[in-house]
Formats: sequence, structure tokens, C-alpha cells
Amino acid sequence: MSKHNNSVPLEYQGEENDLKIFGFWIFLGAEIVLFATLFTTYFTLVNRTGSAPTGPELFEIGPVILETFLLLTSSFTIGLGVHAMRLGRVKPMIVFYIITLLLGAGFLAVEIDEFITYVDHGATITSSAFLSALMTLLGTHGAHVTFGLLWGIAIIIQVSKHGINKRTANKAFIFSLYWHFLDVVWIFLFSFIYLKGMM
Amino acid sequence: MTMSEIFAPLKEPLIMGTAVGIMVGVIAVIAGLTYFKLWGWLYNNYIKTVDHKKIGVMYIFVALVMLFKGGVEALLMRAQTAVPDNKLLNSEHYNEIFTTHGVLMILFVAMPFLFGLFNVVIPLQIGARDVAFPRLNALSFWLFAAGAVLINVSFIIGGSPNAGWTSYFPLAGIEYNPGVNNNYYAWSLQISGLGSLMTGINFVTTIVKMRAPGMTWMKVPMFTWSSFIANIIVVFAFPVLTVALIMMTMDRQFGTKFFSTEDGGMDMLWANLFWVWGHPEVYIVILPAFGVFSEVIATFSRKNLFGYGSMVASMIIISLLSFLVWAHHFYTMGHGVVVNGVFSITTMLIAVPTGVKIFNWLLTMRHGRITFTTPMLYALGFIPIFTIGGVTGVMLAMASADYQYHNTLFLVAHFHYVLIPGTVFGILAGYHFWWPKMFGFKLNEKIGQVGFWLIAIGFNVTFFPMFILGLDGYARRMYTYSAETGYMTLNMISFIGALVLALGFATLVYNIYYSLRHRKELACGGDPWDARSLEWATHSPVPEYNFAVVPTISRLDEFWYAKKEGRDLQAGKIEDIHMPNDSAAPFWQSVVMGLFAFFFIFNEIGIAIALGVVTLIFMAVRSFEIDEGRHIHIKEIEEEERRLRGDR
Repeated sequence: MSKHNNSVPLEYQGEENDLKIFGFWIFLGAEIVLFATLFTTYFTLVNRTGSAPTGPELFEIGPVILETFLLLTSSFTIGLGVHAMRLGRVKPMIVFYIITLLLGAGFLAVEIDEFITYVDHGATITSSAFLSALMTLLGTHGAHVTFGLLWGIAIIIQVSKHGINKRTANKAFIFSLYWHFLDVVWIFLFSFIYLKGMM
Repeated sequence: MTMSEIFAPLKEPLIMGTAVGIMVGVIAVIAGLTYFKLWGWLYNNYIKTVDHKKIGVMYIFVALVMLFKGGVEALLMRAQTAVPDNKLLNSEHYNEIFTTHGVLMILFVAMPFLFGLFNVVIPLQIGARDVAFPRLNALSFWLFAAGAVLINVSFIIGGSPNAGWTSYFPLAGIEYNPGVNNNYYAWSLQISGLGSLMTGINFVTTIVKMRAPGMTWMKVPMFTWSSFIANIIVVFAFPVLTVALIMMTMDRQFGTKFFSTEDGGMDMLWANLFWVWGHPEVYIVILPAFGVFSEVIATFSRKNLFGYGSMVASMIIISLLSFLVWAHHFYTMGHGVVVNGVFSITTMLIAVPTGVKIFNWLLTMRHGRITFTTPMLYALGFIPIFTIGGVTGVMLAMASADYQYHNTLFLVAHFHYVLIPGTVFGILAGYHFWWPKMFGFKLNEKIGQVGFWLIAIGFNVTFFPMFILGLDGYARRMYTYSAETGYMTLNMISFIGALVLALGFATLVYNIYYSLRHRKELACGGDPWDARSLEWATHSPVPEYNFAVVPTISRLDEFWYAKKEGRDLQAGKIEDIHMPNDSAAPFWQSVVMGLFAFFFIFNEIGIAIALGVVTLIFMAVRSFEIDEGRHIHIKEIEEEERRLRGDR
């Protein structure tokens, strides 16, 4: 169980840790299919707007750039957090994780505001097939970010309570994989929904 | 929802009778458990368990119960159509029955039965102590069980799904299907589907990461290989179902427009998404069965499997093609010549790797010393019957010809000719084959063989007439027909076949009872079949820790060669074994999630949200829990080994 191998980072040490990281990658594979299905649905329904507002009528570049900036930065800061963890420095690690979650919360705030704007323009999730697909896709990503915030808080509490050990390092690292994944999904949302939709 | 709406299905005498029967059964079980003081035993040994072998047994038990229910539905359908203008079932009830028959048989019989075999066999075949995530495994099982409970209570409370197991829109939409029926469909599949996805992740990780030292990929037993590929398909197919079901729920319960007929919705999108999951699903339930046949045929031919490499390659090709054929389920529903042509070709291509496998099995038997045990009979019966299913599949694959077959009984006959000899014979072969590993005694051979003949003959009598009926234009899912059509004779033959088939399944249950009573005479050692793979190297029933010493592998069928050479695979030094702790949390979490789904079905969103929060709390508690597991000490292992060796 406790085979110490210093050539491997702490989060990978021990059989269980190794299994958890591998299993999480498989889970991310399933998540990719989940989002791919939502994207496919969106591309299928994108021009089926009925009498409701269309994408070009709704999308504004300002908030979207802000969201992108917030989420991409948070991906960078969690990378710094993991780096601090590997150096064994608890405080910087926690600080970077907190910054990450704050940026995530900022992203979420902008996204919610954007949704409210849509609804103000008479574009609700029930207005047309296009809006159902758009809001479900964005909403699923947003729900993932929300879940990530709750999960991240749990990780920060545990690291501050128990310090950096094999167990907490493993959890913090897996959380970082999840967070990076959300960022990757956002890049696709940004490119294929907003940029393409505004062209 | 008012009480009268909720209990509306009970107005029908047949359902009332079933409901009363279920009540009496539940009360009898509760009374029995109380009388024999078995509650504690049940809770501590099964509900809390994370042991892959016990979870496997529970999967198989639930699958058998569901097989009974799905079988009764099948009998009712055959009875209803046995004579023209029959009044046994009304059209609404018939719709519900063919819908739940399909859902149950695929998702609550075939899948869990195979998952049960995965659980029992795979860790043993690869020489592991357990699966990668034992606690997640328990959660998978209990979520599946929660889904099974939901689909079953739907008959009594609110009404069962009634738009076919494919639940095409717009029929399945709120406009044409305003009751809770199809909410049950969405939620019971959603909950059990989550469990399936977790199982997929769990077993992929287990097989990749936990094989015994020396077991490189080309030394992995064929059942594990086939299950590995099936689990990869689970991981990549089930999220599609998850999304499709979420969209169904949102359309039905929140008024979104994905599949609606107005505001830009597209009903065909559902059909596409459903089959993007649904066709790979067919291979999820057939590939592991192929794996069982490979094990059984090699064992009872006393030969190693012919063409191991080509078996693996053909399964990988099948798994890739399985994602590229979905549109062949609706050639007639309005895509153009090019699309139909492409999907025709990909579909027919699947026959090639499948044919390779058939020839491999035949060549494995060639020059073998075949013993005709029950599992071997199922494997032998599978080859010719499945070939009929395969050949009619190629007929259906031709898009232009499909206009003749589409939605007729010809199609129904075809897929039963694939799924029954393929999946059902496969799970029954595996069930008879691995039963001694699970319980330490064999099932009675004579009853097993009688059961095989009844099932094989009954099956052909039931389903062969459907080919002819279908070609004569008999549409599927018709609840009755008039005498002038001339459909009665073949339908009657089919009904008689169904009765024989039912008798065959009854012998399975009788065999459990008989063998349990005679378990002393039927008791056997670790290797009752003189078999080849690693699961037979340990005792039967298997001790909690599986292997006292994890064997080292140098070739395929290591155990077989070790037997021939007189080597003991577990000769090394015994050490402390690390095991996971039991936990009741997966059970209670699944209860909460099942209730969440139940209230969601009845549009009680407030209560559902509260229960959703409770689910999050379960996850948070798990996150903060420090669970280092426990160790079984050398002394205990030695004692257990001595006891088990003495038994032999």
C-alpha cells in the first residue's frame, strides 16, 4: 500500500490514487460524449428559431469576452495551485484555489446576467427549439461550473484541515482536471456558439 | 395530480389482480424475513456489501425477477394475439405491455444479468481482489435497482410507459401522451443509466489497471476482453442516452421545444439520438455473451480458443461499427438515398467480423473432445439459431428491401433471433457455467438440459412463424386483428411456442430449488469443469479476498497449463490483504435518488429539489470521509485457506 516512490508526484502515489486518476480520465471521456451530444443537438437546431429571437439578434460580444477572460484565467490559476501543491506549499496552494473559485463565481455571475438579458429580450428556453438547445448547452456547462464551485470549497476545506498529503493531493489534482475540462468546453462554446453565431 | 389519477390504472381488473399479487408477495417476503429474523443478516451481508461477488449475485437475482415479469408480459401479448378480435387486453394496456416488455428485457434483464456476470467473474479472471471502485460499484447496483423499482411501480401508480421502448416523438411528447407514463420512462432509464455509466467506468479502470502480474493484453481471457470492449461502449454510448432523456424530460415537464412539432422542434432528432445510443446498446448486451460462448466452447472442447487474435480484432471492429449504423433503424423515415446507402453498407459490414467469430467457434470445436453439459448446449444451440438472426439482419440491412420489412413482425422475429440465442443463451450458459463458482455446488445437469431443449424448441416455435407473418404484412404492436386476415393459425402456433418457452424458464427456477435441496450431493471443488481461466484457480465459493496469493501469469490459459504441469499457482508467501470497508451509504443514496425521480415524475418539483439537495449532501459526506479500508491478516487467511482446503 504505502510504496514510496519519489519519482512520482504525491497525487499518483499508492494504488488507489493511481486508479482514481485513471478512472477520472475515463469519466471525462464520458463527459466529452455528453457535451458532444449537446453540441450536435445545438448544430441541428441552430436555424430552427421559429418566431423567437435568433442568435445574431441576442449575442453580445462584451459579456462573452469577459466570461472567457475569467474562465481562462481561472484555468491558469488552478495550474499555479497544483504547482504550489507539488512544491508542498499549503498556503499558496489554497490561495490559488480560492482565486480560481472566485473567478469561476465571476464567470457564473456574468452568465446568469446574460441569461436574464436573453429572457428580457423575450428569449426563454421554451420559445424555440434553437433557444432550448442553446440554453440547455450553456446551462449544462454552467451547472458543471456550479458543481465545481461546491466541490472546490470541499477540497479547500480538506487541504486546510489536513495539509497536503497523498489523499488531499489526489483530490485536489482530480478537481484540477475537472476544472481544466470545463475550460476546454468553454473554448468550444465560445468559438462555435458565440463567434460563429455573430458572424 | 389527484389520487384518482394516480391510481387510475387499478380500475382494470388484470392490473388490480397483479397489484394484489405483488402486495401479497411483498407482505410474504417481509413476514418471512421477520419470522426468520433475517433483517440484520440481509442488511449487513447484502445491503451494506461492497464485495463484487455479492453485488454480482444481487444483479443476477434482480435480473431473474425482472425476467419473470418481462416473460409474463410476453405471454400476455402472445395470448392476446392468439385469436382474432381478442378482448383479453384493451389497446392501452397492450401498448403499456409491449413498451415495458422491451424496456425490461433490454435494460433490466439483459444488462444487469451481464453486469452480474462481470461482477462475479472479471476480478477473478484477472486475479484482482475486487473492482477498482468497490463503493461506486455498490452505488451502481442500487441505482439500477431504484430504476427497476420505478418502472415496476408505474403499472400500479400512475400508469406505465406506452409509446414503445423506443418512445418516438411526437407520440411520446406531452401533447399526445399527457399522463405520467412517459415520465416514468425518462426517469427510470435515467437513474439506472447513471448506474450503468458508473459500472462502465469502474470495469474499464479495473481491467486496464488491475490485471495480475504478467497478464499482458494478449493473455487476457476472452470473457474479460469482450466485457472490456462492452464497457468502453457503455462509457461512450450512455451519455448520449442521458442527454436524450434530459431533453425528453424538459420537453415533457418544462415545455422546451427539442422534439416538438412547433417552434422549430424536430421529432426525428429523438429517433437519431435514441439509436445513437440504442444500436451500441445492442452490442453492449451481445459482446459479453460472445465472451461467455468463447469460454464455454473452449472449456468443453478441451482445446484452446481458435483465432484468439482475430476474436479480439473482430470485437474491436464491431465496437467501432456499432456507432456508425444507427440510421438503419429508420430507413423509411425520410432520409435520402445517400444516407440510406451509407448506412446499408456499414450495417452489412458488421456481418464480416461477426462471421469471423462464428468460424472461430466452429474451428475451436473441430477435433475437440466435446462434452455436452448444459452451458455447452446453450453455446451449441446459439450458433445455428443466431446465424438465422444474422442472415435476416443482412436482409433488413438492405435499405430498399427494408421498405417491405419495416415495422412488421419480420423485424420482431429478427431481433428476437439475435437477442435470444445471442444474449439470453449467453447469459444462461454463463449462469450454469459460473453458478458453482458463486455457490460451491453445481446446478442439476438433467434439469438444466431439459430446460435448454424446452427453451430452444419453444423459442423457434414462437418466433419462426413471425417471419412469415411479417412477410404477409402483419404490423408489429397491433393489439388485435380480424379473422378475415388469416393471421390466426401462425399466431396460435406462436402462442403455443411461448407456453413451451415459459415452461423452459420455469425449469430454471425449479432447478435452483432442486439443486439447493440437493446441494450436498452437487457440491464441488474450485474447478468443477476442468476449465482454463484464472477464476477456477481459487475455491468455490470464493473467499472474500479472492486469492490468498495473487498468481503470476506467463501465458494465456495459465491455470490450464499449471494443472497439467502440477504447479500450484498460489504457491507464494501469504501477506496481509487490504480490503475496502462495507457501507450502507450507496443504498440510502439510491433510495433518495429513487424518491427524487419519483416526485419528479409526478411534477412535485419542490420535493424533488429537496431530495436532490440530500443527494449532494451524501456526496459531500463521502468527500470528507476518511476511509482507509481494512486488512485481513495473514493468520485469518491461513485459517480460511485450511478450512476451504479441508472442505474439498
